Amino acid sequence: MILYELIDFDLLRVIWWALLGVLLIGFALTDGFDMGVGALLPFVAKTDVERRVVINTVGPVWEGNQVWFILGGGAIFAAWPPLYAVSFSGFYLAMFVILAAFIVRPVAFKYRSKRDSATWRSTWDWALFAGGAVPALLFGVAVGNVLLGVPFHLTESLMPMYDGHFAMKFLGLLRPFALLAGVVSFAMLLMHGAAWLSLKSGGAVAERARRIGTTAGIVAVAGYALAGLWLAVGVDGFALVNEPVANGPSNPLYSEVTRGGSWLSAYATRPWIAIAPIMGFVGMAMAMRGLRAGREVSTLLWSKMGILGVISSVGLTMFPFILPSTVDPDSSLTVWDASSSHLTLFIMLVVTLIFVPLILIYTAWVYKVLWGKVTEADVTGNADSVY
Amino acid sequence: MEIGLVELSRLQFAMTAMYHFLFVPLTLGLSIIVAIMETVYVMTNRPIWRQMTKFWGMLFGINFVLGVATGITMEFQFGMNWSYYSHYVGDIFGAPLAIEGLMAFFLEATFVGLFFFGWDKLSKVAHMGVAWLVAIGSNFSALWILIANGWMQNPVGAEFNPDTMRMEMTSFFEVLFNEVAQAKFVHTVSAGYVTAAVFVLGVSALYMVQGRHNDLARRSIAVASSFGLAAALSVVVLGDESGYSASHTQRMKLAALEAMWETHDAPAPFTLIGFPDRAARETHYAVEIPWAMGLIGTRSLTEEIPGINELEAESEAMIRDGLIAYDALMTIREQRDATPQEVRDRFEAHSSNLGYSLLLMRYVEDPRDATEEQIVMAAEDTIPGVAPLFWAFRVMVGLGFSFIAVMAFFFVRASFYRMQFPRWSLYAAVAIIPTPWIAAELGWFVAEFGRQPWTVDGVLPTALSASHLSVAELLITLAGFLIFYTVLFIVEMGLMVKYIRKGPFQDVAETAAWQARHEHRLRTHDGQGPFANPAE
Repeated sequence: MILYELIDFDLLRVIWWALLGVLLIGFALTDGFDMGVGALLPFVAKTDVERRVVINTVGPVWEGNQVWFILGGGAIFAAWPPLYAVSFSGFYLAMFVILAAFIVRPVAFKYRSKRDSATWRSTWDWALFAGGAVPALLFGVAVGNVLLGVPFHLTESLMPMYDGHFAMKFLGLLRPFALLAGVVSFAMLLMHGAAWLSLKSGGAVAERARRIGTTAGIVAVAGYALAGLWLAVGVDGFALVNEPVANGPSNPLYSEVTRGGSWLSAYATRPWIAIAPIMGFVGMAMAMRGLRAGREVSTLLWSKMGILGVISSVGLTMFPFILPSTVDPDSSLTVWDASSSHLTLFIMLVVTLIFVPLILIYTAWVYKVLWGKVTEADVTGNADSVY
Repeated sequence: MEIGLVELSRLQFAMTAMYHFLFVPLTLGLSIIVAIMETVYVMTNRPIWRQMTKFWGMLFGINFVLGVATGITMEFQFGMNWSYYSHYVGDIFGAPLAIEGLMAFFLEATFVGLFFFGWDKLSKVAHMGVAWLVAIGSNFSALWILIANGWMQNPVGAEFNPDTMRMEMTSFFEVLFNEVAQAKFVHTVSAGYVTAAVFVLGVSALYMVQGRHNDLARRSIAVASSFGLAAALSVVVLGDESGYSASHTQRMKLAALEAMWETHDAPAPFTLIGFPDRAARETHYAVEIPWAMGLIGTRSLTEEIPGINELEAESEAMIRDGLIAYDALMTIREQRDATPQEVRDRFEAHSSNLGYSLLLMRYVEDPRDATEEQIVMAAEDTIPGVAPLFWAFRVMVGLGFSFIAVMAFFFVRASFYRMQFPRWSLYAAVAIIPTPWIAAELGWFVAEFGRQPWTVDGVLPTALSASHLSVAELLITLAGFLIFYTVLFIVEMGLMVKYIRKGPFQDVAETAAWQARHEHRLRTHDGQGPFANPAE
């Protein structure tokens, strides 16, 4: 098959690097408000009916939203196999915690209102809280660790190895900078969840959501600014020693990497990428103001822009690095040496170009069908067909 | 790698995968049965069919959510526990997993919410369409997962790239139209249909025994038995297709599950029952059906099926051949672009057996240092556990045939005896509810245990595939999954029992009243058609 050579290998790699970002952002924008709503649940809804209103605002859509997470895993596997292999085994116990959260959450949505017992329901409410709050925090911690670099190395056969005690492998993730990143992502998704609740619910629930969301917005903006400052003064960046072979074989050991300097030097060489953090700041600040003023649709859109800006700022700052290694910088994974083969990237691109637009269309249709606020009457009137 | 790590990783994968497959078959089949019922409702406009759709849909939902939840583990576990596998074959194996998400899982997950929440917001036809999209999405999921799994059994369309130290795809079409994958797909989804049919049949029979919900139960039995009969026939036929393809793609697995130690003159007999003895390399007290194995396996009277001993000798030769490739690969790795063409050619010529040389890494760090004794041991490793395979296979096949009988019986009674079912048959239908799950789990056991010692047949040994984690990490997650999954299982079963006891939650009169309201609402809603929110 010659068809795949229509698109150069290096261009395909850049496209797939961007698509990786699209998937992560798609996940944060959709499942992000589910997680935020879960984390807000015990605080914005006091009575059982209020809680059911909150749960039913995401009830019909969480399943589809969660697929972004699963697709993220699948796409990393297909397009960036070394990243899939190194990161998930490296963050092993943290991944287990995230999986547990993502397993308990669907079950909690579905089963919570299927029995009348108050203990039963409040247990699942806390499961929903943990299922939203824990991953919202840990995803940020993971991103923080990626910026700091991860202690792995690759053997000559490209087998990923980790040094040190297993407990440190887990607790070592909780470095101060990474925790700050965790706080940013947690606050950001809390704000996003509040924006969703402000749109989809009403009365006291929406009122409380807006109040908490405003505070979360302030924390997210401040934390994001602090993280930027920290990156400038306290975190070592990584750099390729030689000009990369952009269409060479995907073998991370073929390139030489140094540690030192700052990640932020990327803004000197590629000033246009500043648009990402600007979008992040503006989006989050406007969402926060919108929450305070009680605006609905525009607030959700601003919140989305904020998330888009924050996530893409991380990727653009690190380019071409995807997963740097602290113990053996040469093992670091970059866009140029951690991808699938030319053929696989091409086929996956074709499949993506066919199906992602379709997914967006039918997802939009479903949201349109479900448009409108969830009220207490909706919940109490249809005891058997809603959560 | 620490001692026991590979075994623990295998245990965890087997446990989480088999647990996942407790929910998948019911999802595959029940989604279609529910869509069929809703179609009948739309066509006949009779409220009883809507009641059936909602009732079975409710049970579908309780089951579906655990299938989704436990599927998440599967998607990430390759990277977590099998990182060298992920690196080594991710270029091929990752693609079907990602396509599954894009093409199938998104579809089913997006519309399943609308199935439950959209009754008041969609027209009847649109809602039926949603039900079918959920069913199609679920079944397409199975297709892509089995393409991925089929590739592990029969790795076509790929070759080793010495520069990236991994397998890379050479032909997507070969991966896609892998004969093993295609046969497995239809076999597996049919097994799911049988599972759902037995489930619907059993629950309906329970209602009839108890003398309640008779209208719902009779109609459900009619749907389940006709759907189930077609599916049960298809499971057996496609299972046979799998056997045929195994005779030339996975010969060792076939020989092992037949406990066929020596190559027999064609056509070989089929051992109905016996006691395989690995130490003596023979099957005691074997009851054989002449010719049957040869006919099933090769569809000819003259083609031989090689026995275990012959295949073991072949493996030994392939290990020696693979060592030549391994040696050349080490030179390529050191000298990279400076490697003489002669070495690269040598690698190409022997690379198809490279995987066999990796079997030695269980015994020595560098396969080239292996002793004669170790080579013999590695060759013996290519024989999977014969006795467990032999028995698991026979129980599965026995159950498969019994489903045909069960479904045929109920189909005949439903079609030609005015839906009169003898009381004993109703009790029997309740009693056999668990059996399709047993058959399905045994099927996976045969497929995956029979693939050992490989993760990817002939390409990558299991022992090499696992992540370099610590045993402590494995024990923590293993205990975590065990506790977590047990709790979820109890909760799920509790809800299933509760909702089966409760029965259909809307009676027919109520459903009829709803239908009138709903139609009025859709008719009077001006301009915005069926998709507008009636609450406005």
